[in-house]
Amino acid sequence: MADDFNASKPIYMQLADRINRQILRKELAVGQKLPSVREMAIQSGVNPNTVQRTYSELERMGSVESKRGQGTFVTENQSVLNELRQNLKKEQISSFFADMKEMGFSAEEMISGLKEFISTEERGEQRD
Amino acid sequence: MIEFKNVTKKYRNHLALDDFTLSLPKGKIIGVVGENGSGKSTTLKLISGLIRPSKGSVTIEGEDITRKVSSAKVSYLSELDVYYSFYTVGETIGYYASLYRDFNRSKAEEILDYMKLDRSKKVKDLSKGNRGRLKIAVNLSREVPVILMDEPFSGLDPMVRDSIVKGLLSFVDFQTQTIIITTHEIKEIEPILDLVILIKDGKVLQMEEVEEIRIHQNLSIVEWMKKEYE
Repeated sequence: MADDFNASKPIYMQLADRINRQILRKELAVGQKLPSVREMAIQSGVNPNTVQRTYSELERMGSVESKRGQGTFVTENQSVLNELRQNLKKEQISSFFADMKEMGFSAEEMISGLKEFISTEERGEQRD
Repeated sequence: MIEFKNVTKKYRNHLALDDFTLSLPKGKIIGVVGENGSGKSTTLKLISGLIRPSKGSVTIEGEDITRKVSSAKVSYLSELDVYYSFYTVGETIGYYASLYRDFNRSKAEEILDYMKLDRSKKVKDLSKGNRGRLKIAVNLSREVPVILMDEPFSGLDPMVRDSIVKGLLSFVDFQTQTIIITTHEIKEIEPILDLVILIKDGKVLQMEEVEEIRIHQNLSIVEWMKKEYE
């Protein structure tokens, strides 16, 4: 549990990322209630104040909404979720791009490399 | 809620704490770390009222800590095994329930279930891990503002450590209780701490919010501790 998190990065952000991904994968459905702060703290083995901070951060990002006295829920606002999805995509691509550029790869090499990788991956998945 | 003001603690010729000043807030999980002999256990013993400062003052909620004050406000898990080994698990709980008025019997029963402890087993026949779990059950069942844990993980395997951490998260009342843990097993408690206090040679070297260390310095507590110790 403890080693699920990178110990030198803020845990509240790591937990927020994790929940956002669960929302995008629809493991947490639109409108679904998130575990209470205490439950989430126990499940993920982190400090309850950290979970509280994660929930506030998610609320600020718009992916969840807190309803007074009822708890925290995945937003039903589809456009916020679409935006979140696009943002995460952009984030990943930009860090991939920066890394590849640093190693001296050209744009063409990146695109062809990606295409090749994806087609191998997909063939592998079909075989499973 | 707990204040150390210019505390010095001497044992014969050994200076355990040296002009030690510290203010601990309420409702947090606080880790006290530092190398062997740095003063961690002395700090906890002062809070528990087991020892008195040679100089300076230690107060809790404004009151000087004596044995009497501490027994009403502090639950202390000693490094040493203090249980009567001929008692069963159930009798141990009964014993502590009779000893402390603030002992929440039903909470203790809940924790025993959670930790899957057999009430009819004698303490002397328990594995080391289950003795560790029983200690936690007793310690967390007291409804007091401060719970002290001195090296709760030492010598215990990862499964037991995990159940202790989860037990803590499940059964502590964070609105009213403060947990103070000394440990060398920092990795184990890193994700559950609010604050970390680093002690060196009987002095407070640093006190920081652990998330702030990760946000501003991109360091784990162990890395931070090494950096600060240099």
